Amino acid sequence: MKSPEKYIKSSIRNMPQSGIRKYFDLINEMEDVISLGIGEPDFVTPWQIREAGIYALEKGHTHYSANAGIKELRNEISAYLKRKYDVTYSAEDEIIVTVGASEGIDLALKAILEPGDEVVLPEPSFVAYRGCITVSGGTPVSLTLKEENLFKIDPADLEAAITEKTKAVIIPFPNNPTGSVMTGSELEEIVKVLKDKDVIIISDEIYSELTYGFKFRSLGTFPEIRDRLILVNGFSKSHAMTGWRLGFVCGNSEIISHMFKIHQYALMCAPTPAQYAGIEALKNCDYEVDNMVNEYNKRRKFILKGIRDMGLKCFEPMGAFYIFPNITSTGLTSDEFCEGLLKSERVLMVPGPAFGEGGEGYVRATYASSLENIKEALVRTKRFVRSLQEK
Amino acid sequence: MKEILDILEKNAKLAVAEVAAMAGVTEKEAAAAIAEYEQNKVILGYKAMVNWDRTDRDFVTALIEVKLVPQRDKGFDSIAERIYKYPQVKACWLMSGSYDLSVMIDGKHLKEVAMFVSEKLAVIEGVQSTSTHFVLKKYKDGNIIFEGSESDDREAIVL
Repeated sequence: MKSPEKYIKSSIRNMPQSGIRKYFDLINEMEDVISLGIGEPDFVTPWQIREAGIYALEKGHTHYSANAGIKELRNEISAYLKRKYDVTYSAEDEIIVTVGASEGIDLALKAILEPGDEVVLPEPSFVAYRGCITVSGGTPVSLTLKEENLFKIDPADLEAAITEKTKAVIIPFPNNPTGSVMTGSELEEIVKVLKDKDVIIISDEIYSELTYGFKFRSLGTFPEIRDRLILVNGFSKSHAMTGWRLGFVCGNSEIISHMFKIHQYALMCAPTPAQYAGIEALKNCDYEVDNMVNEYNKRRKFILKGIRDMGLKCFEPMGAFYIFPNITSTGLTSDEFCEGLLKSERVLMVPGPAFGEGGEGYVRATYASSLENIKEALVRTKRFVRSLQEK
Repeated sequence: MKEILDILEKNAKLAVAEVAAMAGVTEKEAAAAIAEYEQNKVILGYKAMVNWDRTDRDFVTALIEVKLVPQRDKGFDSIAERIYKYPQVKACWLMSGSYDLSVMIDGKHLKEVAMFVSEKLAVIEGVQSTSTHFVLKKYKDGNIIFEGSESDDREAIVL
């Protein structure tokens, strides 16, 4: 008999384990660790959203919902996209409520990729893209985002990366882990490249609410690519609802109708109580979102100054809740830096290479953590960086 | 610069350099702005939020609804002044609705508060009636929840 693992298909078996596993093992043996490695809001879901979820349970809304999501929630999503981003998607046949934005990404890739299809993947970026492309039988083609370009996509690089084999391009802004955001005029340049290419565009806009000092522009505002655009968003980051698993995906009805089949068979529907909570989130919680954004913004400025003051080069993040300092001046690799910082000062950051190509030389720290934690983490990190300089 | 007020209102204990960093201004600018706010009485003071229930200090808090007879030319202001000048009065608000003043009083015990109301407050000319309500438990005050805060139980690494 062959070993059980051999039954797993080779593309999955050959997928590398995450490079950050050893950090889990290390922190399990340590106390008093301050983690700036958590990619989710530190805020608990605003109370009125939780209350709506509790009420849904009390009312017995514990059954499957319509596969595409409760109609009222789809209406609210449609209205929300219009109100916030001037993007138009019909609640009837252009929106699916998903189990987190992650499902939206997975659905899109599963629906479009044939074996051998290439997906242009700007990196560093969220780890799940690469995984989902591979699971769907596609081949990720990395497009390295560079610090000198403020980690934005250079239109010429994009033009060069798209070949006959390219089936899709992922546009991941505001970006995890860099915090980079492409502005409206920068997106116009990208759209000029994409409008004549025979590719699907997957725009992951999960951090769309979290931009600082300017309003986010959605790729959904460009009519010239609308028919080939799959727009992914959700409630996790904007409304601090990560554990509810609630997102949505929008697109042309011809595309959505096929993605719908996969969703229907694999997931049935997003959790029903969470959907009721989501209605409240979109209807009545703009104020709560603004409060959280203001709070992140203060911490963003605080941590940026703290990191620059310790002598590290650091690009100013304009979105999400991550900062991505350049640690090459320390002479260490990203992994050595993070392991040393954790072992000597009990501060956890994530090495840049965990987010794909172009991540070496950087570490990701999140400011979705209390100000007290950030302050203490900066004190400790500064001590660590000093100790390296003295060597 | 209004951001500075927002920051200090949440945590007045922050150093000026920290306030400056969060507001994205220089330390000098932040210090000047704070000084100006203090000068203009926009910032009236700084104090700690104390949960006295966790100490052995005994005291009671009462909210007193006071009905007044307004005075010609002065309305309620001069009677209110006569009331809020007592150091026992922690807060005093003019209210809409079925009564006029809401007065908050701290005392060592119930009797002390009752004495104050009957001997000082109720006898002031223009005070028509009082109704005293004792605070039994503070759940939340000044936007701070006193007990049972939610702990951070997030996973240590989330990519």
